[in-house]
Amino acid sequence: MSTPRLRAPVPSIDASEDRARRAPAQSAFAWVREHWIFGVLVVIVLAFSIDSSHFLSQANWLNTSSAATEVMLLAVGQTFVIVSGGIDLSVGASLGLSGMCGAWVMEHFFSHAGVPTGAPVAVTAIGFAVTLLVGAAVGLVNGVLIAQYDIPPFVVTLGTLGICTGLADLISNGQEITVLPLAIGNLGNDNLGGWVPVIVIATALITVAAGLVLARTRFGALTYTIGDNREAAVRAGVADRRHLRRIYVLSGALAGVAAMTVMARLAAASPTSGSDDELNAIAAVVIGGASLFGGRGTIAGAVIGTLIISVLLTGLIIINVPSFWQLVAVGAVLIAAVYVDQLGTGRRLAVRRGS
Amino acid sequence: MSGTDPTRAQPVLRVRRVSMYYGGLRALHEVDLEARAGEVLGLVGDNGAGKSTLLKIIAGVQRPTSGEIVLDGVPRRFEKPMDAVQAGISTVYQDLALAMQRTVVANFFLGRERCVDGWLGRRLGWLDHRSMTETTKRELARLHTRIPNVHAICKELSGGQRQALAIARAAAWCRRVLLLDEPTSALGVEQQAEVLELIARIRDQGVAVVLVSHQMPDVMKVCDRVTVLRLGEVVTTLERDELTAENLVGHITGAQLAREER
Repeated sequence: MSTPRLRAPVPSIDASEDRARRAPAQSAFAWVREHWIFGVLVVIVLAFSIDSSHFLSQANWLNTSSAATEVMLLAVGQTFVIVSGGIDLSVGASLGLSGMCGAWVMEHFFSHAGVPTGAPVAVTAIGFAVTLLVGAAVGLVNGVLIAQYDIPPFVVTLGTLGICTGLADLISNGQEITVLPLAIGNLGNDNLGGWVPVIVIATALITVAAGLVLARTRFGALTYTIGDNREAAVRAGVADRRHLRRIYVLSGALAGVAAMTVMARLAAASPTSGSDDELNAIAAVVIGGASLFGGRGTIAGAVIGTLIISVLLTGLIIINVPSFWQLVAVGAVLIAAVYVDQLGTGRRLAVRRGS
Repeated sequence: MSGTDPTRAQPVLRVRRVSMYYGGLRALHEVDLEARAGEVLGLVGDNGAGKSTLLKIIAGVQRPTSGEIVLDGVPRRFEKPMDAVQAGISTVYQDLALAMQRTVVANFFLGRERCVDGWLGRRLGWLDHRSMTETTKRELARLHTRIPNVHAICKELSGGQRQALAIARAAAWCRRVLLLDEPTSALGVEQQAEVLELIARIRDQGVAVVLVSHQMPDVMKVCDRVTVLRLGEVVTTLERDELTAENLVGHITGAQLAREER
């Protein structure tokens, strides 16, 4: 190999020196910017604990953690969607519809005169399978319309939000379905050692698995790449449409799983279950540091966002503040989180410049 | 000089009588050119001369109305950009196609992520971060690019570093031909020099480089031959010893032709 003809007399910048020069102050700042939201969670928990001794009680922990599974599971799916540069507004309605479908099958085929029949475990398995499939089917519809027909995610999922809400009401004329195997209600209120609800364990396993998929696998890497620069992904030969379709199917399927935890917790399915959950799920993901422009966000962030929202809800109730304030508090945290996230990243200026 | 060395002067890429018409509009007319291994071929011309169209045809983005692309003596038909990439032609466009919020390593392996061996990698697509990091470091070092930290987020890199990353990535995956579209146009003087050095190093590794550029000083510094396009036709191909600013500009604008006719 011959030496390059060009040898411009430019002094080489030594790599390590360059890093050392800017590292300490910058990386400390970056660390705080990445992790401050965890501090917010700690502060909120401490504040409620000091204010009320009930806050750290066993009953409140079981209640809060069980209720949090709903938004957590939706936020996991939403993280993939948002990182890919999309949005899924249909998850709450999809939760309602898939739960009603599963419950309807269980009531319609496995009950007599208002009493559940058949082997409880088998009936539950069938009902849950239907729930999961309906959730995934809604996700597939979203995915096909978004990926194949290039309709904006906001529009598609706003449409399916309405469709699913309507269909969920149609199934039983807007009524709840309560004729379910007792096993379901037992599952939802069972716990290990008095402290860890079964549905929390299931949710935690799914969340950790999803976190590993997003951070450590090719599937996750493609999700970030498509959200960051879809054109670059396409030029590198990535099957972008197929990947987006899978992401929306994942989000829908997780809405189905969330419907199971709700059904188990309440021992019933309601067409209004999950309404407004999409907003909490999106808020959780964004509070956790995801960018609605795509390409950024983590499952760990979504966990912290979900916990902040859940803790605010139960905490405010425990210290006797009307729960309406929860909406106000979550909204304020959401805006503050995004604002702080922009500090020092240059995004603020970039947006203002319109680039 | 590499341009006259007979052992290196095999044409890797041949464009044969390529024409491109958009309805009645003539973008390219019977264009011929040759790019040889270990050589930088400049492709210059005024705006609308057809440089970008030709580049897109070679890269498989567009199909020509007539004519053919011959790679290593074999005529090729590219239906989509990936066909060209798989045939060994890599392209760096002006927009660089980098994912700005991802790391240098992630960008280097963008769309070609490497998975660990065995079940975990095959079934779950578990990424081999260590191997990708090492390869990225090695490739960037091999081309002497000044990217200090392969875990840096792309957004934090300078314009020259981003350009170097995009070129180094394309060079790492390209086996035969590297197409570069205006690689120095958005850079400062010092960074331009670095990118030109990088191009020279890639050339010296036996790749046929095709450089589309408006920057005449750059073209003169790094190109072994220059094909000049005007109004969709090849005006001339200048050899290294004919590369003067006057000559280039004359052919680009057509002044040279007029002078010769007189």
